[in-house]
Amino acid sequence: MSFTDIQKRAITEWETLQNSETPRILVGAATCGRAAGAEAVLAAVDKELRRRNIDAIVIQVGCIGLCYAEPLVDIIKPGRPRICYGNVTPEIIAQLIEDYLVKDNPRPDLALGTIGDGVVDGIPNLFQLPVLKSQVRIILRHCGFIDPTNINHYIACGGYGGLLKALGVKPEEIIEEIKRSGLRGRGGAGFPTGQKWDFCRKSPGEEKYIICNADEGDPGAFMNRSLLEGDPHSVLEGMLVGAYTIGAKEGYIYCRAEYPLALERLRLALRQMEQYKLIGNNILDSHFSFHLKIKEGAGAFVCGEETALMASIEGKRGMPRSRPPFPAVSGLWGKPTNINNVETWASVAAIMQEGANWYAGYGTEGSKGTKTFSLVGKVERTGLIEVPFGITMRQIIYEIGGGILKEKSFKGVQTGGPSGGCLPSDFLDTPVDYDSLTSAGSIMGSGGMIVMDEETCMVDIARFFLSFVQLESCGKCIPCRWGTKQMLDILEDIANGRGRPGDIELLQELAESVKDGSLCGLGQTAPNPVLTSIRYFRDEYKAHIEEKRCPALVCSALISYYIDPEKCQGCMICLRSCPAGAIKGGKRVVHVIDQDKCTKCGTCLSLCPPRFGAVVKTSGERPAIPEEPVPIGSASKTPSDQQ
Amino acid sequence: MANPSVAQDTQVLLAEREAPVEERLNEILSSYQGKEEELIPILQQVQQIFGYLPEPAMKRIARFLKLPESTVFGVGTFYAQFKLVPSGRNIVKVCRGTACHVRGAASILGEVEKQLGIKSGESTPDLEYSLEAIACFGSCALAPVIVIGNNVYGRMTPTKVKEVLANVGGER
Repeated sequence: MSFTDIQKRAITEWETLQNSETPRILVGAATCGRAAGAEAVLAAVDKELRRRNIDAIVIQVGCIGLCYAEPLVDIIKPGRPRICYGNVTPEIIAQLIEDYLVKDNPRPDLALGTIGDGVVDGIPNLFQLPVLKSQVRIILRHCGFIDPTNINHYIACGGYGGLLKALGVKPEEIIEEIKRSGLRGRGGAGFPTGQKWDFCRKSPGEEKYIICNADEGDPGAFMNRSLLEGDPHSVLEGMLVGAYTIGAKEGYIYCRAEYPLALERLRLALRQMEQYKLIGNNILDSHFSFHLKIKEGAGAFVCGEETALMASIEGKRGMPRSRPPFPAVSGLWGKPTNINNVETWASVAAIMQEGANWYAGYGTEGSKGTKTFSLVGKVERTGLIEVPFGITMRQIIYEIGGGILKEKSFKGVQTGGPSGGCLPSDFLDTPVDYDSLTSAGSIMGSGGMIVMDEETCMVDIARFFLSFVQLESCGKCIPCRWGTKQMLDILEDIANGRGRPGDIELLQELAESVKDGSLCGLGQTAPNPVLTSIRYFRDEYKAHIEEKRCPALVCSALISYYIDPEKCQGCMICLRSCPAGAIKGGKRVVHVIDQDKCTKCGTCLSLCPPRFGAVVKTSGERPAIPEEPVPIGSASKTPSDQQ
Repeated sequence: MANPSVAQDTQVLLAEREAPVEERLNEILSSYQGKEEELIPILQQVQQIFGYLPEPAMKRIARFLKLPESTVFGVGTFYAQFKLVPSGRNIVKVCRGTACHVRGAASILGEVEKQLGIKSGESTPDLEYSLEAIACFGSCALAPVIVIGNNVYGRMTPTKVKEVLANVGGER
């Protein structure tokens, strides 16, 4: 069967589905949807349809990105717009099936919005809501819309059309096209993709390799996982284009083992490609042959570094080596190798399908196109977003993200994960592009965006990232192995109230040495979170060191819990639940926390009924409280002990 | 093979699991060609079946791939995924990624430790549970997250930890 026939058949299948007289129920069942309970919802859909003997098509789709409202279910009735429902439970879906499918009430109270043309009274258009309005979906255009386990859906939406176009032109022309698109590496460093391909193509050697880096190790980032789960073929099509252009006959996808569903989707996608002759010898009856293997990572953050990743594919310990020679000259098994990130490959497919000029129409002068981010942390609407470069942090956090969780105040946003930095509110109006973020002291990174509020301690965050890189340091070079350890020790001291004058300067000095002396990107960027947090939140470090105070009330060694004698009603709830037995008192007697016994677990604070609100958390100060339990109402004027 | 780092009462359980090591190992190896690049996939498959990397298995793999035993051991200890001691039937993984961290992963880990009576990196003596702190599962929008077996549980609170663990225990 020729590809034209395959396309025709795929389009017929897709159109039959779109115009089906049977209602369709689409359930977002990527890992995040499942974590929120999508499988229970799927089971409920199945049960309810059978119980009522309703004929409906149920499709599991990828993530549309509105993770805060997971599980998501879309219902499409024939001749009606598609309606997206959020926070669906088994009970809600049963109700929806009755109300909408049976009785024709679309339940606007439960709907998030409609998708596509058509209007339903009382339901807004989903893509006109603030959360989606400023997003541009290129890489994620199919996620949540097609069945990722059905290659025909991808083909019907233009899939593999980019490959077909590529096979009809010379590799040099493709490189020009990619250069014209302005695409830069989406793994974080932002190297121009066309140029990278050009190096590898011109590198002497018959045997060449391409690799897809799907070892998304940045804690707090899940863009690649969502894409692989929701639209695996877009990544694979990009790889085919790259292999043809560079002249590689073999390739690898290195995907982390923590992503079982993404791996499953990739394996299935490869089997489907074999059936359609999209992989293997003489692809689409051309002279181009390409074989692709999936390599499962084994849990090592450093393997996101390209030379370490290649060592890991070769079966070795994943340790980096010095460059040059660069992989384009001597990579996997000493052969010229081109390695790109998942999102870069998927962008290639879109560029080949729609053209470089179209793609370059989005973004800024130096950063073309769109970028996906995982917007997480202390933000109201967490999720996976795709925005054109040049958008501001404020738009991302306040428009798309809906502002800070529980209306607390914004403190900072971390981009680039353990290699990046935390930017304060001064940068809220800075455009998000490669160069602006670098000049602010952070990096674009792969797309993790973690929002922090007033209750986040910057010393604690710096310590968190450093303990992560220290654990993940492969140990090959001393600056990284010992430098990060020394820095972590100092940060531990500061967080535990043992900070000394001069610690900040010592941290900065060590940071410079680690940056300059480390062998690979892990060590070279490891000090960034510490440096940016000192640069922008120096006062917070000083409070820890000089006043032994944690302003955000996070560092447990520097905080204390007290019970306000004027508010305590002697209800015994905290007293009974304290795991350390540190609370003294009795019924209708003001409770007192024994500071020597208190482990600062916060149980009392979380259990004290809000109408009393008697438990307070403090740092660096001691409120006026009695030392021993006293009857309710007699405590107000008891003098506190002098500190 | 006796493993000195494992408590005596688990030795019996272990012996049962290990009985057919040689036989099952041959079965695994028969699908490989003996190239060095196959080392990690082989170790992964071995661990999937045995729950950890038994010493005799690593020695056998070294012979099969014509690699020094030290190389196999070196790879086995480099990657976080591989374990040299047996793990529990249920592996409870607590995510400590950035998003989970800022949304209270520490209290989740503390609660799991309290409920299971073991620290991160340990197993219960009856080998029912192992506890691991993991860098990131990529379910950050639903932070904090824990994973038991293949199930991801999002938006956790210490109270929900109790419920989830009770359900896992109830399925026995």
